[in-house]
Amino acid sequence: MGMFAVNAFLIFLLVIIAVVALNVHRLFALVMLSGAFSLTAAAQFVVLDAVDVAFTEAAVGAGISTVLALATLSLVPREEKPHAIAPLPALIAVATGALLMVSIGDLPQFGAADAPVHIHVAPDYISGSEKLIGVPNVVTSVLASYRGYDTLGETVVIFTAAIAVLLILAGWTRAPHLRDGETENTHIAQNAQDREDGQKDAG
Amino acid sequence: MSDIAAQWNYYVVIVLMMLGFYAVIARGNMVKKMVGLNIFQTSVFMLYISVGKIDGGTAPILTGDAASVYSNPLPHVLILTAIVVGVATTAVGYALIIRIHEAYGTIEDDEVAALVDADQEARERADAGPAS
Repeated sequence: MGMFAVNAFLIFLLVIIAVVALNVHRLFALVMLSGAFSLTAAAQFVVLDAVDVAFTEAAVGAGISTVLALATLSLVPREEKPHAIAPLPALIAVATGALLMVSIGDLPQFGAADAPVHIHVAPDYISGSEKLIGVPNVVTSVLASYRGYDTLGETVVIFTAAIAVLLILAGWTRAPHLRDGETENTHIAQNAQDREDGQKDAG
Repeated sequence: MSDIAAQWNYYVVIVLMMLGFYAVIARGNMVKKMVGLNIFQTSVFMLYISVGKIDGGTAPILTGDAASVYSNPLPHVLILTAIVVGVATTAVGYALIIRIHEAYGTIEDDEVAALVDADQEARERADAGPAS
């Protein structure tokens, strides 16, 4: 019961952080809230027995993602233009959420040991981990051995993303020397305006 | 009511997902979209991990005690992969934001769209004829 209370409290805390994040206009505060969200989620993962997921979320979600966001913020404006609540997207979100909530009725009871997900392959992984792989941490043996190809695919995705970031930030399409506050003048409309102004000055 | 209390995690996870979803589709600021995506993504992780939880279970690290009940390790593995892939896509997203800011001088999507429209009109005027 105590565990249930901690679980219920942490997930409620996540909702509060998400609502505040949605309403804050300073992007630095927003990024910090995003880090806090990931860290609270990591605490919740510990309560739900997912310790490996918890430390990955804390290191990657709260750590690396926040660093990436701060690096971006050093190069872009730090204020969000205030927005009123957009009715159509709000309606879509509420309708989607309502549909998902209706479908919760079909899910097995939270924490039930006889749910289909627990009686298919998981018992084999748990019983085989020590005997076949020799690793007491079942998550490690599934990740690196039983489903090693998934992890290989994951490294391919990371490699592709790294190439994409390098091409976007250092590729040939990037103007080499932009001074602070300067933007690439690639806009036809702006260039035409500049030409007009130049002709006026000449004439 | 007891049903909502029993399935509390699932209901709140859906609220979290929709908050993130709303931030992604309604907010024009691109950094806010990325944070919304992070919230959306983390709440999907929460859904999976909630499904893997067994009452009275412990973390799936073998204790040697035959009586221990372990929570399902499979969702944990899937979500570990998803977290790492998530940060990779986040990095690409932020790189794109930096490039968009360099090209347009703004990271608000309506302002970027206005600049693109202005360019389009200027191009059409130029194509229509240099006589005017």
